[in-house]
This record gives sequence, C-alpha cells and structure tokens, in this order.
Amino acid sequence: MTSSRRDFLKIAGASALTMMTPAIFVPAWAKDVIVIPPGQGLALKKALAAGRWAMTVDLTKCTADCTDCIAACHAIHNVPDFGNPKDEIKWIWKESFASVFPGEQNAYSGEKLQKLRPPVFCNNCENPPCVRVCPTGATFQRPDGIVMMDYHRCIGCRLCMAACPYGARSMNYRDPRPCIAKINPDFPTRSKGVVEKCNFCEERLAKGTLPACVEACRQKALTFGDAENPRSEIRRLLKTRFSLQRRVHLGTGPQIYYLL
Amino acid sequence: MLEKALHGSLRYRIWIACLILVGCAGFFFYLRQLDYGLGITGMSRDVSWGLYIAQFTFLVGVAASAVMLVLPYYLHDYKAFGKITVLGELLAVAAVVMCILFVFVDLGRPARVMNVLLHPQPSSILFWDMIVLSGYLLINLVTGWVILACTKKEIPPPGWIKPVIYLSIPWAISIHTVTAFIYAGLSGRSFWLTAIMAPRFLASAFASGPALLILVCLILRRWGRFDAGEKAIQALAKIVAYALAVSIFFVGVEMFTVFYSQIPEHMHHFQYLFMGLEGHHNLVAWMWIFAVLSIAAFVMLILPGVRRNEVWLALACIAVFVSLWIEKGLGLVITGFIPSPLGAITEYHPTGPEITITLGVWAAGFFLLTVFYKIFVHVRGGTDGSPCGPAVDKMIH
Repeated sequence: MTSSRRDFLKIAGASALTMMTPAIFVPAWAKDVIVIPPGQGLALKKALAAGRWAMTVDLTKCTADCTDCIAACHAIHNVPDFGNPKDEIKWIWKESFASVFPGEQNAYSGEKLQKLRPPVFCNNCENPPCVRVCPTGATFQRPDGIVMMDYHRCIGCRLCMAACPYGARSMNYRDPRPCIAKINPDFPTRSKGVVEKCNFCEERLAKGTLPACVEACRQKALTFGDAENPRSEIRRLLKTRFSLQRRVHLGTGPQIYYLL
Repeated sequence: MLEKALHGSLRYRIWIACLILVGCAGFFFYLRQLDYGLGITGMSRDVSWGLYIAQFTFLVGVAASAVMLVLPYYLHDYKAFGKITVLGELLAVAAVVMCILFVFVDLGRPARVMNVLLHPQPSSILFWDMIVLSGYLLINLVTGWVILACTKKEIPPPGWIKPVIYLSIPWAISIHTVTAFIYAGLSGRSFWLTAIMAPRFLASAFASGPALLILVCLILRRWGRFDAGEKAIQALAKIVAYALAVSIFFVGVEMFTVFYSQIPEHMHHFQYLFMGLEGHHNLVAWMWIFAVLSIAAFVMLILPGVRRNEVWLALACIAVFVSLWIEKGLGLVITGFIPSPLGAITEYHPTGPEITITLGVWAAGFFLLTVFYKIFVHVRGGTDGSPCGPAVDKMIH
C-alpha cells in the first residue's frame, strides 16, 4: 500500500479532531456510570443534613480583635501562610464594617458600628455566580446549598474569582505545602494552580460535627443551621433579629446573615 | 507551500531569528512559571487576571477584524479587497493562535485544559469561547490556505469553500461577542457590567485589526514585492477611521452614564483609570496616552490629504494600534479588579518573567504571521493585477 504525505496528514488531522470532540457527544451507554444505591453512600448515619445550610453572625457578640474562628479554620483546612498579601490564601478573615457593607454606614454612624470587624467568608450562595461561570464544573453546588470545589478538576482559569462578588476565593499562586505550619492529615492539602475557598466544613458535617469556626467561637456569635427548617435555631434568630446580607441586591442569595 | 518560508533575504532571516530568540526567552520563563506557579507573575488575590488575559482580549479583536475584508469582498463584490482577503484570514489565524496561547499560559493547571471539553459546562461563557475560537481558527486556516493553494496552482477553488467563507462572517462577530460576555455577565464587577461591552469590543476590533493590516500592506509594498493597491489601503483606512470614531464614542457613552449617574461603585473604576484613586494611579499616564493617541489618529484619518500620505497613514495606524492596545490590552481587564469587591485598591505590576512570556507569545504569533505572509508574497509574486487570480475571482462571482 502506498500512501502519500497528504493522506497521512489528512488521517492525522481527522484523528486529532475526533479527540477534541466534547464529551456531550459521547453516547450515554459509553460513559462509566457508577450508581450508588440510597443508604450505601459514603455519608455516615450520624452526618448532619439540611435542606439549605446557612449561618448567622451575631455582630453584637463578635469582638473586633478576636481571631479564633480564623485560626481554627485555617489550621484544620491546611491553609498556607505565605507571608505576603499578593499570594495570600484565606477562607475566613475580618474586614471593616464599611468594606463588608458598603452603603450601610454613613458619616454620622456611631463608633460602635465603625469599630466592628465582621468576619467574611464564602456566602455559599443560593444562586452562585462562580458555579455558573466555571468552565469545567470544578466548582459546583450540592443539593443542601454548599458550593464545593473539586481540586482535581480545577484548571486554574480564575474566572470564578472574577465572578465572585465577595472576594471569597483564593488562588494557589504557588505550592502551598511548604508554607503550612502543621499539616492536618484529615483534610487534603492543595497543589499549586487551583482555586479554593470556604466549604462550610462539609467534611465535618459528614462526621456529625459543626463547622470549625462555629465551634471555635467563644462568644457564641456564629450559629449554623438549616434555613429551610422553620424550627431551627437559625430561623428563630432571623425571625427575631434584624439581619443584613452582603450585596444581596446582586441576586446571589448569600447564606450568611449578619445580625445587628 | 511551506518550503517557501525557508528561503529569504538577509533582512527576513534576521527578523525570523529575532522572533525565535524572543519566543525561546518566553518559553524559558514559561518553564519557570510551570515550576513555581503563577506566583511568578504580578497577579494577586485581588487582581487575579493580568497581562495574559488582557492580551487575549485585545487579540480576539485583531482576529475578528478579518471580517472587515471578507465581508466587502464576498458579500458586496468590492474587488479592491480581492488581493488582500487572504492576508486578513491569515492574520486571523495568527491572532487566534496567540489568543489560545495567552489563555493557556494563564492557566494554573495547564495539563488539565481538556477538562473544558471532557466536562463541558454550557452555562460557562469560557466553554463557549473555547468552541468559537477553535472553530474560527479552523475556518480561517482552511479558507486562507485553500485559496492560497488554488492561486498558486491557478485553478478555481473547490465549491465547498464558499459556504465556509460566508460562515466566517457571523463567526467573526461571535468570537468577540462571546469574549465580551465573559466580562459583561459578572454581577460583582461593575466596571464590566455593561451591555455595551460587546459592541465596544467589536468597534475597537474593527479599528485595531485593519490598522495592523494597513501597516502590513505598507511594509509589503516597500520591502515585500507586493502591492495591495492604493484603493484597498485607502478603503481600509476609512474603515479604521469610522470604527475608531465609534470606539471613542462608546468610551464616551460609558463615561457619561457613569459620571452623570454618579453611582460610586461604577465611578471608582473610571476615576482610577483617568485620575487615580486614593493615591493609586498606575494606569493614569497610560490612559491619557490612549486618549491623546486615539483622538490624534482619528483626526489624521478623517482628513483625506493626511490619510493619502503614506507616512502619515502609517503613523496614524501605529497610533490606532497602540492606543487601542492600551485601552483593551491594559486598562479594560486590570481595572475591573480595582477596587476589589471589598473596596481594597491593589495595584498590579507585571513582573519580568511575565512580560517576557507575554513577548514570547507575541513573537510566536508574529513568527506565524511572517511565515504566512512570506508564502503569500511568494505565491502572489507575478500574479498582481487581478484580485485573487482570475480563476478564484470567477468562482466567487
């Protein structure tokens, strides 16, 4: 058989094109589907479950100079400390009231309001823009509302960081492992080049414990619970107290409520 | 036809050697970036996109501009463009290759890039951008190459090429629209959240791309033994003038809405751009260069006497290209992140490795462009006079 260079190039080109065909065109029977019957999943029986997880932050209890929640969260989740703001990774941190709620403060606001340092973290939005824009599905929403990250699928395009109206996401601009003070073997460390953020401690919920920040708060300022359950503590608080959500006019449906 | 690129004058070989050198320097620093991570660049937690994505955005426009040659020639039988439509298509190929390279070097985990196709997300604009960009690359590569090959053999191009050429027209609009939608759909970034983003992108694209083509035509006329024809160059210059006018108008429209309505979170970005914000004014000088250059170029291009002077035309085109590069390749992307959603102002300073990688990608694109145009001039050599070679012209019309 003789084949010219032209034929070879044609076949090579066609093969390259076939490899680029998106997976949507793959017939359903050709996909590997593993069906886990109900009750046999990885979730343990004692796992905490909810219709929609949400959190309240009681700003009358939260003290400005306390950082217990940050320390607990960052230690448990292997968040590195690079020592520079450029590459910084943070899941939960504190900001001034004016930064967190632009427009909710005026020139005559009392010292009490000006001195507040509300903790900020991922709002685990009901309608998350980061999930909408992610080109690979690496960030996705669970039925209980938690916005998750798949560190193994993320390509590091950082479109989610541009889309997040809360600045809740951090990129691993370099290898985080050498800069983690003490590695917690129960939670994965990340590799360079992927984005990460607060996950409402889904790994702790699965084991039946509350998020680390909630547990670490000595002032009991943080309350975590099911926003869809009318009898939950969080619903009682939202019914009786005045609350603010960050940039709620953007339609994201943030699930962190700040009580005043 | 590729072998034609292997021979050339001393000047040609020096130019190619320079491009390869810059490309290799970029590749060297890219390997370092792969090793260390994107922390090697000036990008930060607050300004999470920088030079790479800005170049990508600018070059999508250059790529889309091929339509400004294809449309008048194939839809309106504007014969003067017959000789240079292939130049436009090959420019589009080189520009799209640069776009793809810029997105690629910007990825934190480049080895996983195929996840976009393995786990397609139709709700993601970036997924659609990948589809339209690769489609546009294919369309222009095929049409440019087939027409060129047929010109060389002096045979009419195959009939199937015509619908592909027609398809390239809406497709060119789509690549820049989809790219604009990446920005215009983000609720948290008030600087980009404007319905005029896609029209603005298209207007600046139709000025910057043809301006580059005019420069190429002038260079080829002087040193490349190829004359595109004065009529074609002047027609392109008019296209640049009008597109630039619309482009400046659109920027003005944005500024009116922002400054008359006086909504602070919309104003801050423009204040940062043109006046500086809270002592931060990295881009102010650049933006005033943009303002002065674009208006100067517009004045030069609307005055027929100035426009017909080769030197002034070249200067005007350089001014157009540079000013729109500043506006889109520098100001538009970075300013979206300043101030941050929490009101912090973090300045962005591209690092040496980042700039070298950026130049490396540009060098790769210009290498492709030079090789394409070298082949083009070789094929066209001697067949000047009729638009695309008589056979091609007969098939199209």
